[in-house]
Amino acid sequence: MIFDTWKTTAALASVLVLSACSNGGGDTTGTDSAGGDDGETTIVRHETDPYPSTYVPRPSTPTLIRGATVFDGIGGRIENGDVLMVDGRIAAVGTGLEAPEGATVIDGAGRFVTPGVIDIHSHLGVYPSPGVSAHSDGNEATQPVTSEVWVEHSVWPQDPGFEAALAGGITTLHILPGSANLFGGRGITLRNVSGRTVQEMKFPDAPYTLKMACGENPARVYGNRGRSPATDMGNMAGYRAAWQRASDYRDRWHEYWEDAEAGEDVSAPTRDIELDTLMGVLDGDILVHMHCYRSDQMAQIIDMSNEFDYQVSVFHHAVESYKIPDILAEANACSAVWADWGGFKMEAYDSIRENLPLLHANGACAMIHSDDAFNIQRLNQEVAKALADGQAAGLDISEAEAWSWLSSNPARGLGIDDQTGALVEGLRGDVVLWSGNPFSTYTRADQVWIDGSLRYDRSNESLQPVRDFMVGQPGEGDQ
Amino acid sequence: MKRTLSAIALSLACALPAMAQTYAVTNGRVVTNTSAGIIDDGTVVVRDGDIVAVGANVQIPEGANIIDADGGWITPGIFAPVTQLGLVEVALESSTNDSGADDSPYSVALDVADSFNPAGMHIPTTRVEGITRAALVPSTGHNIFGGRGALIDTSGNADSVFDTGSFVFADLSQSGASTAGGSRAAAWTFLEAAFGDTRFYPGRYAAHPEGDALHRYDAAALVDVVRGRMPLMVEVDRAADIRRALRFQAENQPVQLIIHGGAEAWMVADELAAANVPVLIDPIANLPGSFDRIGSTLENAARLHEAGVTVAYTTQTADGYWNARLLPQHAGNAVANGVPWDVAFRSITLTPAEIYGVGARYGALAAGYAGDVVVWNGDPLEVMSAPTHVLIDGEETDMETRQTRLRDRYMDITDDTPYAYRR
Repeated sequence: MIFDTWKTTAALASVLVLSACSNGGGDTTGTDSAGGDDGETTIVRHETDPYPSTYVPRPSTPTLIRGATVFDGIGGRIENGDVLMVDGRIAAVGTGLEAPEGATVIDGAGRFVTPGVIDIHSHLGVYPSPGVSAHSDGNEATQPVTSEVWVEHSVWPQDPGFEAALAGGITTLHILPGSANLFGGRGITLRNVSGRTVQEMKFPDAPYTLKMACGENPARVYGNRGRSPATDMGNMAGYRAAWQRASDYRDRWHEYWEDAEAGEDVSAPTRDIELDTLMGVLDGDILVHMHCYRSDQMAQIIDMSNEFDYQVSVFHHAVESYKIPDILAEANACSAVWADWGGFKMEAYDSIRENLPLLHANGACAMIHSDDAFNIQRLNQEVAKALADGQAAGLDISEAEAWSWLSSNPARGLGIDDQTGALVEGLRGDVVLWSGNPFSTYTRADQVWIDGSLRYDRSNESLQPVRDFMVGQPGEGDQ
Repeated sequence: MKRTLSAIALSLACALPAMAQTYAVTNGRVVTNTSAGIIDDGTVVVRDGDIVAVGANVQIPEGANIIDADGGWITPGIFAPVTQLGLVEVALESSTNDSGADDSPYSVALDVADSFNPAGMHIPTTRVEGITRAALVPSTGHNIFGGRGALIDTSGNADSVFDTGSFVFADLSQSGASTAGGSRAAAWTFLEAAFGDTRFYPGRYAAHPEGDALHRYDAAALVDVVRGRMPLMVEVDRAADIRRALRFQAENQPVQLIIHGGAEAWMVADELAAANVPVLIDPIANLPGSFDRIGSTLENAARLHEAGVTVAYTTQTADGYWNARLLPQHAGNAVANGVPWDVAFRSITLTPAEIYGVGARYGALAAGYAGDVVVWNGDPLEVMSAPTHVLIDGEETDMETRQTRLRDRYMDITDDTPYAYRR
């Protein structure tokens, strides 16, 4: 193959992720008692987190990076700045910080410190390397509505792409099903750590997401099989039918819970795993991540979200978002985009290099994404290109502001901005020390911390992870 | 489009100069790709399509159009060694995708130049990023041969194709094995049989148009390859397959190979250097994307360079039409991973030109070279740098593209002129 078609496959698979999150409140185990202390009536509530995170941060020592240029991820820039991590958290950011006793002190002179990079659109683990047929685990392309599948059940933790991404400063990533289906299934947010199981990688308490997909992909996949959806209007009909079923399902459960809590003798509705996910969206617990390219289609999706009363968190790919920043800002929907990809299908034909900076300049939430096992290793360069193109077009955007496209905005899109994405006291110690300005081609991540623990060191082989697959293979340990 | 005059004046022969103007590109850091090295504050004079002078103290001809580089960089145009520019408009729309021909009865005989559309929208978007020359590599169809490659400029002019029959492309990687029937052995046997057919062309076709492997017409197209007058570009990644290719070259002299892919080429670096076989790699291809590429590493480019292998860079991990323009970024990442800057820059300019036998004409800034000159606002391998002027054959080209037009149309969302009227 002259060009990498497996990567194109992933791009075609670019799907909005729909994931449901196991967020706090509804976290009950099976049943609980109601109607008094006698426990005569039990109310059925299904576990919302049956595959819980077993991630445990690695031990860390207090670490002070001193005298670097700091981008805090929310627009701030500090020259000759210091970043202190203690107990796995950001303890202080500023200048002239004192090192606590026993702290590791790192000279950051001439180097840059940033929050760890968050990739909001990755298929690592579900379209892993090597891209053999047994590893094609990202699209349950057997029917157009598969909100019952959870991408975490496909993630292969031994994908060597994870450690390559770590060397590029990725500390958190969001794995999505592909875009073959209208409802592709739940996505999952991972810490970029090595784990024997995917549970050991799951970002604790991150909301689930749901991937949905617009446009050519579902219409092509199912139209070619002579079934619906075969068109854009068929896509819309398919979503609406599912949302109506979900709405009815949700009504049944809420009515049941209300009646049961009132002490009435009522039977629980029959559980439906597919509709559980959609109910989670309607309840506001699961964040919608929607693959769409064209501006007109995004506008239809926004109307549909109003029709069924849910929120689209992030449009993915969104190559035409620059045409509708006002509509997107009004709908409070973010766009996760490439710097310069496009053209592989008709709905990607109007991709321009200024999409990301134009969204930002026009007040719409925007961020970079990779959708690719190579680009995820250099998202800093992707943002550099978008920033340079925006500046060349006359947009006044600083490097420090642009770092929000790599950390705080994707954290917002994933509902984890209270945990990571910025160098702010109390957040997780997810930090990258770069060899120079990270908007230079020649700069590389020197060291990467996850929860304050040094997980990658370019100059120390013992801190360069090697997944099982590469053990004993040619080039084992090479970057 | 500009350059209408030169389009009419030029023929397919690349040596014919455009009847163009005189330009003096001044006040920049000049990368010559010659023994003159880098000239910190130099001038390049282009007249009638060709470079006529390069240096620090060059006399600017009277009446010359001055292009002030404003302290930026002045370089030869980028030469992308593996693209499908002008072959693909929208990849998934087969009606616009001429990169390969799955259902053609022919293979080697397919001339990619016949598919090339100089008016494709990706030509200007590539040109404004500093890429002025490119090779067109056809994808394979029903057998391991994709057909004959060609060389183009990115002017968009009717005469953009400046060399045809530049090489023949054959896939001997795992995808080639699949095409050939299911194994490497099948692919190499097919190649051996194709050479056998061609060696005895036309005699063996006297009675019948089908040979052991090739149709008569395809065998005719392979004659120059078998006789070593046209390179054979073979797609191979695995170290074992690269060694097999080198053995094929040794056993089929005077055939000249070019290796494309080369993920594990670093493991065979000394043998490649000894055989003087050039390699086209993507320096950022570091993932074991297939079992052919287990040994992929970011250090491939540096290790090959240190072993003395001739290396040019590609955008294989991106694509060859929309993002062939990212070649300078890929070269910059080679630098980040150990390749000296001047070597990396040469790998996207002079080295590809030399691999295709046109290195005396393209890829350097020196008197007698074609007037392909790019002015950059900074280091061309830096992702935040961009060209400010692009000259091809001594003519300044348009920096506007369909993409910049769309950008400008949607730049001001407070403008209440309906979008379709913003022309």
